[in-house]
Amino acid sequence: MKILVNGASHETNAPDLAAALHDLGYGDSVVATAVNSEFVPAHSRASIRLTDGDRIEILAPMQGG
Amino acid sequence: MLNVYGSEISSRLLLGTSRYPSPSILVEAVKASGTQIVTVSLRRESGGSRAGQGFWSIIRDLGVRVLPNTAGCHSVKEAVTTAHMAREVFGTSWIKLEVIGEDDTLQPDVFGLVEAARVLAADGFEVFPYTTEDLVVADKLLTAGCRVLMPWGAPIGSGRGLNNLFGLKAMRAHFPDVPMVIDAGIGVPSHAAQAMELGFDAVLLNTAVAQAVHPVKMAEAFAQAVQAGHAARLAGPMEPRDLAVPSTPVIGTAFLS
Repeated sequence: MKILVNGASHETNAPDLAAALHDLGYGDSVVATAVNSEFVPAHSRASIRLTDGDRIEILAPMQGG
Repeated sequence: MLNVYGSEISSRLLLGTSRYPSPSILVEAVKASGTQIVTVSLRRESGGSRAGQGFWSIIRDLGVRVLPNTAGCHSVKEAVTTAHMAREVFGTSWIKLEVIGEDDTLQPDVFGLVEAARVLAADGFEVFPYTTEDLVVADKLLTAGCRVLMPWGAPIGSGRGLNNLFGLKAMRAHFPDVPMVIDAGIGVPSHAAQAMELGFDAVLLNTAVAQAVHPVKMAEAFAQAVQAGHAARLAGPMEPRDLAVPSTPVIGTAFLS
């Protein structure tokens, strides 16, 4: 299925958000996630099933004013 | 000591972490400023560079508190979601709440701001709202659960100083016991000193240091200005007068004409 990760299209077979993050190489990164504009806490990622067309946001600490 | 949400803060200068020439200059500027609170944000992590992980490592090593922002959010929904994401990543309930209403001035959408503040405060966040000097909005933010107010001096990044002295003085006088931080628009140390002389509790700035020719020296200059302005406030500045008053005694003046 195709999902959007930070605005870019990705082909994935990952069944859930936790698996997708692992496949994308974010396994040990300090990031926060949202699926289809809804915040998904880290402890809930494995329970969020992914479906075709899902929009995933992966955010990390960045400079800010 | 400045008390915000139960935390005692000795430095009254809050510093942003964006737009520095290099990470090492950011680190040196933070140290030179003496700040105990730096602002940070959340942005998309690129799969390859992992820039965010490196940045977070630098900030953690500084040993300062972080105040995450919701910069770039234009709606209540965006701001609330970003705040939740920030709370998880940064491990703090503090949130510098920005809901932008207009892109040329980055003026807060105060209607969205009050609503987002209400939602977040009810959810346990300690909200630092980036607002205007509007007294009615300030009152509604306090009712929504905010215990700190952060009125703008001037539009973000403009360096124009305190644009509305009358409004800011009125705000300070109207809420004498609420910690208030001038956030945005500070360009030079004299602006920061002026804010402190007016009785504001702290200033938050970023571009004025980061975009200075020598950011580290400017950070030090701001630290001194904030301290001087606060000391002046405590000392009680004289009232301005319209006419000259000789400072040298008139009695005893020689008659030499």
